[in-house]
Amino acid sequence: MTGKIKTVGICGAGGTMGAGIAIVAARAGFETVCYDTAADALDRARTQTDGFFVKSVERGKMSADDRDAAMAQVSNTTDLGGLADCDLVIEAVFEELTIKQKLFRALNGICAEHAIFASNTSTLSITEIASGCGREDKVVGMHFCLPAQLMKLIEMSPGINTADSIFDTAWAWTEAVGQIPVKTQDKPGFILNALLVPFNNDCIRAVEAGVAEPAEIDNAIKAGLGYRMGPLELIDLIGLDTQIRLSEAFYPITLDARAAAPPLLRRMVAAGRLGRKSGAGFFDYAGSGMYGG
Amino acid sequence: MSYEIRLNGNSRSFPSGDAFFDGATDDADIVLLLGTPSATVVPEVGKTAILVELDTECLGVHTGESAGEEGSSVLGFARYRNGEDPPSNLIELVRQPNSDEDAIAAAKTLFELAGYTVCLCSDQAGRIIDRLVRPKYNDALRFLDEGLATAKDMDLTCCMGLGYPDGPIERVERGGMAEHYRNTHALFETYGTQGFAPARRAVVANARAGTPEKK
Repeated sequence: MTGKIKTVGICGAGGTMGAGIAIVAARAGFETVCYDTAADALDRARTQTDGFFVKSVERGKMSADDRDAAMAQVSNTTDLGGLADCDLVIEAVFEELTIKQKLFRALNGICAEHAIFASNTSTLSITEIASGCGREDKVVGMHFCLPAQLMKLIEMSPGINTADSIFDTAWAWTEAVGQIPVKTQDKPGFILNALLVPFNNDCIRAVEAGVAEPAEIDNAIKAGLGYRMGPLELIDLIGLDTQIRLSEAFYPITLDARAAAPPLLRRMVAAGRLGRKSGAGFFDYAGSGMYGG
Repeated sequence: MSYEIRLNGNSRSFPSGDAFFDGATDDADIVLLLGTPSATVVPEVGKTAILVELDTECLGVHTGESAGEEGSSVLGFARYRNGEDPPSNLIELVRQPNSDEDAIAAAKTLFELAGYTVCLCSDQAGRIIDRLVRPKYNDALRFLDEGLATAKDMDLTCCMGLGYPDGPIERVERGGMAEHYRNTHALFETYGTQGFAPARRAVVANARAGTPEKK
C-alpha cells in the first residue's frame, strides 16, 4: 500500500519537529523534500540532520553507507512548487488553523491529485484544517511526538471526510518508516494532549493552592507513580508560554475548567519565567546549560 | 531513631508482615497510629511526633481546626498505593499551618532512614497524588466511553509518548474501579468540581461492589 508513496514533502522543515520528521522519512529510504520559507532555517536543519546521522553511525545504529544514502534523499526548497511531485506532504508549521488551511489550499493547486496531506497538529481539528482545501478526503492527522526522530509514537486521526483508503495508506506509511501508530478520533488534543494539558494545569493549581512546593510535587509523582520526569519539570521543558497557548487552544473548544490556563501560569509568564529556555520557571536553571547538554 | 506503632485494624500503608513493623519498639518518642485512628488525636507529653495514618480524610478530622491557626506535633501521613497494588515507596507527610517543625523534621528523618521518599504537603483532600491523578483517570475513562481510542491505545500512548510505566486505564483497572470511585467520591465531596466527579465506569463498579465507604 505504501508503494504509492515514494516522495514525501515536509512543510516547516526548518523547525525542530519538521526536521525530525524529515529524518524519519529519509532514514526509511523515502525521497524527502524539505520546505520552509526561511532558507537559513533549512540550512541549519540540514546541518543538524547530518549531525544526527553521524551520531547514529558512531553509535552503531546505521552504517556509513546508509547515512550517505539517507542524506542523499534529502533536498531543500523555499519554493512551495518544489513539493509538486510529493505523494505525501506532512505539515509541521505554526499551530494556527488559518495558516494550516491556507497551506493545504495552496498545496492542492500544486500537488498531484493522488497526494495525501497530513497535519502534525497536536491540538487542532483535522476536519477543520482540511475544510475548504479541495481534497478533504485526502487529509489525515499524523501527530508525531518530540523529538520525532527518537519517539516512535504517532497519533493518527481521520477527519470526518477522510477516505478510509487514504487513512489506511497513511497508516501503512507510518509503519513502513518504523513508527508505531495509534488511532484516535479527531478531537481536541487527541489522546496525549487531551490527558496532559489539564493534568499539567492541575499541577500548577496545586502549587498555587499551596498543596506542596514544586519539588515536593515532582518528587511525589516520580516516587509514587514511577514517572521519569516530574510534571512541573516537564512544564518548564515545554515552556510556560507554550502551556498557555495549549490551554488557550483547548479551553474554548472543550469548556473544561481544568484546561483553562491557571492564574499562576499567566503571572509567571508575565514575570519572564518561561521555563528552561528563559533560565527559570518552576525551577531555576541558571548555569545549567541546554537541556540534555 | 525509635518509633512506636499502635495498630487498630489493618494498615494500608504497612500491611501485615511489612518489614517496617520490625523496627518498632514498645515506647518511643515518635508514635505511629496505624489502621483506623481514633476520632480525636491530641499531642502527648514526651512524644516528639504523633503520626496519624490517613485514608481519604484530612488530618483536621482528627485534630480539629482553628481558623488557619491549627497545628501541633500531630501530623498525618499515608504511604501511597494504587488501590490494592502493593504500597509504593512514597510517604505523603501531611502538615497543618502551625505544625511543630521539630515533629516534621523527626517524621521525615524516621521515614527516610527506613528507605522511603518523603514529600511534605498541606492538609488537603487527596494530598498530592490522588488530587492530581484521579481527574486524569476520570478523563481516560470518559474518553473510553466516548470512543476516542481503545484502552490499549490510550495506555500505549501514555507509555510511549510520555514515558509512563503504565497507562491510565491499565492502572485504574489494576487498582480497582470501586477504589477509584471511593477516592473520587471523597475528592468530589470536598472540591465539588467536575474533574473529581466519579467516572461512569467507577459508578458502575461501585454499585456492583456495594461497599461504597469501606476502608
